[in-house]
Amino acid sequence: MIEVQHLTKSFGSTLVWEDVNFTINEGDKLAVIGRSGSGKSVLIKHLNALLYPDSGKVIIDGENIFDLEYVALRKMRQRFGILFQGSALFDSINTFENVAFPLRYFTDKSEEEIKELVNEALKSVNLADAAEKDTSELSGGMRRRVALARATILRPDFLIYDEPTSGLDPQTSNEINRLINAFAEDSHITSIVVTHDIHSVLDVAKTVIFLEDGHLHWQGTKEEMKNSNNKELLDFITASEYRIKNN
Amino acid sequence: MNALEKTGQYGLLIYKALRSSYDIKVYRENLVNELVKIGYDSLPIVLLTGVFTGAVMTIQTSYQLQLSYVPRTVIGSIVSESILIELAAVITSLVLAGKIGARIATELGTMRVSEQIDALESMGFNSVTFLVVPRVLAGLIMFPVLYIIAAAAGIGGGLAAGKLSGALPVAQFMQGARQYFFPWDVIFGMLKAFVFGFVITSVSCYKGYYASGGAEGVGECTTQATVLSCIYVLLADFVLAAILL
Repeated sequence: MIEVQHLTKSFGSTLVWEDVNFTINEGDKLAVIGRSGSGKSVLIKHLNALLYPDSGKVIIDGENIFDLEYVALRKMRQRFGILFQGSALFDSINTFENVAFPLRYFTDKSEEEIKELVNEALKSVNLADAAEKDTSELSGGMRRRVALARATILRPDFLIYDEPTSGLDPQTSNEINRLINAFAEDSHITSIVVTHDIHSVLDVAKTVIFLEDGHLHWQGTKEEMKNSNNKELLDFITASEYRIKNN
Repeated sequence: MNALEKTGQYGLLIYKALRSSYDIKVYRENLVNELVKIGYDSLPIVLLTGVFTGAVMTIQTSYQLQLSYVPRTVIGSIVSESILIELAAVITSLVLAGKIGARIATELGTMRVSEQIDALESMGFNSVTFLVVPRVLAGLIMFPVLYIIAAAAGIGGGLAAGKLSGALPVAQFMQGARQYFFPWDVIFGMLKAFVFGFVITSVSCYKGYYASGGAEGVGECTTQATVLSCIYVLLADFVLAAILL
């Protein structure tokens, strides 16, 4: 379980958000929604201390991660997998090596075992044939799927997706959403999805938090979101050109 | 961010690198790659710089001394001493600040803005150990080696230019070179190269590691890394000369 308590963050004199509180339960699929620039990506980078807040706590299994020593923090980070917005694949190595990267450094597995696990991971994201390709040869959707295979190869407890469908065509977006659901349900991974794509929210989320005007403006389940009368939330959903009532 | 904060940030990065440099398993592969990139891949430019520096110095010194009654062997002394004490280390380092400094800053800057460094950290890696330590260490190891090669190429170039231009024969050049040769000059040159290697790689790592702002930010950090490396090399050159000579 992840508990976010009274989190406040600003960059210089610009306040990103303040007093953010929410809880992510084990096995949850949480969507973090909000307009561009509302600080969604900044918020999720606090969940494994890639960024530090001005004040507040992120408590995982009873420990405030911002109080951890660097070595303990690195161990804690290994419980997370992150799918970054731009995929963040390493350019200097090919697809296979990108997926194998965490295995080589954090496990004692033999070359044979690594090969088997990587091929299995690539197969699970429908990229069995792409192992030897350079990352520069991959399309945007393929890069996301390779990054997803890399993020899940060590079977993390928590998987964070930063705008997993942005810039992708509808079919590829659906494929990514399907994979997010598959990982959450088959591997019992707690998922946190940052998105402004309301289709993704409906496809993937169980619970939703909505950031607006520097605050956590609304939180609830997906069903509650569909029936909500919150003006700002409805404006956001309407602006996404989605007629939620007709869904 | 003001200059004091930047200095502190740079100091902290170097401290983190030093503190984690024992963890050789993490950066062994990167270190070998960097030794090849900084050392082997720089050989052509280092040889070229050395040969032409020596050749031009011989011809110009000969020109300056043509109307004097100074013995021609002095040309060999001036050229070889200048190369060993100053030129092989400084000119080579200034050239390498452009080649190596720019590469390091661009690589790390691109990794920063494309979130590859965040990806490393999020996996539980110490990104400083993985990225900064091998680059700085390779600079410390390879710059003195490149200095030796540049010095040899410079003296060779001077010798060849003296013979080909008719300024002075090989025997006279070598006689002059030997006359004022002190082993300390080579040690001093290597020490300079060692310091310049640290300055160029650490400044470039710092600029790249903390790059921000997309493609424009990477371009900016690369320019700053190259310019600052050159300035700090010249400053360090002065400080070392003032202290050690």
